[in-house]
Amino acid sequence: MINFQYSRATDVADAVRQMAAHPSAKFIAGGTNLIDLMKEDVEHPSRLIDIARLPLNSVEGTADGGVQIGALVLNSDLAYHPLIAQRYPMLASAILAGASAQLRNMASTGGNLLQRTRCCYFYDTATPCNKREPGSGCSAIVGLSRMHAILGTSEACIATHPSDMCVALAALDAKVHAVGPAGARAIAFADFHRLPGDTPQRDTNLEPNEIVTAVDLPARGFAANYTYLKIRDRLSYAFALVSVAAALELEGDTIKEARLALGGVAHKPWRDPVAETALRGQAASQATFGRAADLVLGDAKGFEHNAFKIDLARRAIIRALTQAAAGTPQSQSNKKVC
Amino acid sequence: MMQTHTAPRPTIPAPEKIPVRLTVNGVEMQLKLAPWTTLLDALRDHLDLTGPKKGCDHGQCGACTVLVDGRRIVSCLTLAVMKDGAKVTTIEGLATDGALHPLQQAFIDHDAFQCGYCTPGQICSAAGLIAEGKAKTDDEIRELMSGNICRCGAYPNIVAAIQQAMGQS
Repeated sequence: MINFQYSRATDVADAVRQMAAHPSAKFIAGGTNLIDLMKEDVEHPSRLIDIARLPLNSVEGTADGGVQIGALVLNSDLAYHPLIAQRYPMLASAILAGASAQLRNMASTGGNLLQRTRCCYFYDTATPCNKREPGSGCSAIVGLSRMHAILGTSEACIATHPSDMCVALAALDAKVHAVGPAGARAIAFADFHRLPGDTPQRDTNLEPNEIVTAVDLPARGFAANYTYLKIRDRLSYAFALVSVAAALELEGDTIKEARLALGGVAHKPWRDPVAETALRGQAASQATFGRAADLVLGDAKGFEHNAFKIDLARRAIIRALTQAAAGTPQSQSNKKVC
Repeated sequence: MMQTHTAPRPTIPAPEKIPVRLTVNGVEMQLKLAPWTTLLDALRDHLDLTGPKKGCDHGQCGACTVLVDGRRIVSCLTLAVMKDGAKVTTIEGLATDGALHPLQQAFIDHDAFQCGYCTPGQICSAAGLIAEGKAKTDDEIRELMSGNICRCGAYPNIVAAIQQAMGQS
């Protein structure tokens, strides 16, 4: 691996101070993505600032009826935490749909938000990539694009955000807390990740000198009518071709509230407020779900190897909303899609 | 020569080796390691514990799985310095007083390996799985063991072996 210095942060303020003193450093917590990228020579920080021992590892109820998740809560601990499993089962399901048991035992909540794309050209330092080296070009647009985006792409980048957890967090209207030299701030989940535009090197709106400290969930958990449906090339331990987090609140057959977010299709978790608005007040029917899917995918654009995703996403949205309405969420162990 | 597309980087002075204390299979070990030493390399190259295998070295195959403070992780994506003070269990530490661990015996009973390269990771992962207590059915075992690849394809026998050991625990 590459040469780097190592230091441990004693608290959040110390972590921020150390980062300010070493601008080419990186924070490390679980390391499941960063160490891999360092081995591939994609990331080459001058220093790793170890934040793994900071006291940011609790899951607690908040005064407004929601839950605050410390940035260092491990993915497995979060998925199996009673508050999450009972009140936010869509989040638990999405987490368990991602990675492997070992990686979930290592990966942190904040790290999951900040993981980088698995675009094969981003990883391959012999090929141009605007995300890795701005201005060098995008190899994926004219290359192998099966795992790439169909929504919100740009001329510069068609990479996808790889997280499952973040798709559920987007649907649940989470909020990200961060601390930097200028103090603390909260970032709405929809504003946290970015579309590539002409700056695909920036995945998020977090500043490089800021540290994620917590993620908040509002009270609404959609525990009765939800699903996380993930379609992939093998049944486990693979990134999504398309995934759908769908959550409904029903009154009889009528949709009172709807949440719809997609993974595997864009540079960020793709939540569509227009489609959600179109679902509200409507009967929970295949026709309603089809109209919502058409709204989500109206501007979808396929590339040579991923145009199939537009049709796949349409079917996955309808299937996911059907599962949510029926109260029969997708099992993450029995992979049969019903 | 192929051009590489990475930004220029600063020259970084080589860091001092860092003292790391690990309790490995019940024995306290004092090491001095460069910060980039993975837990896998520390175990294999510094402690001569070659049970954990370097398969892909990218967290994709599970052959390097060990237990850290009782939980299964991939040691190839873990920096040893970050685990200072931790208790590490490798395949070499599972047998007690010469008696095989129930999972080791079950893998033999069910012929749950062919070449054996993935087996130390499979067994450590299965030990973590049993401790987690989330898997009961074959489907659940398959899903929660999906981080361990077996290219010989012994999967049905691995599931049977884990079921046997789980029944004994």
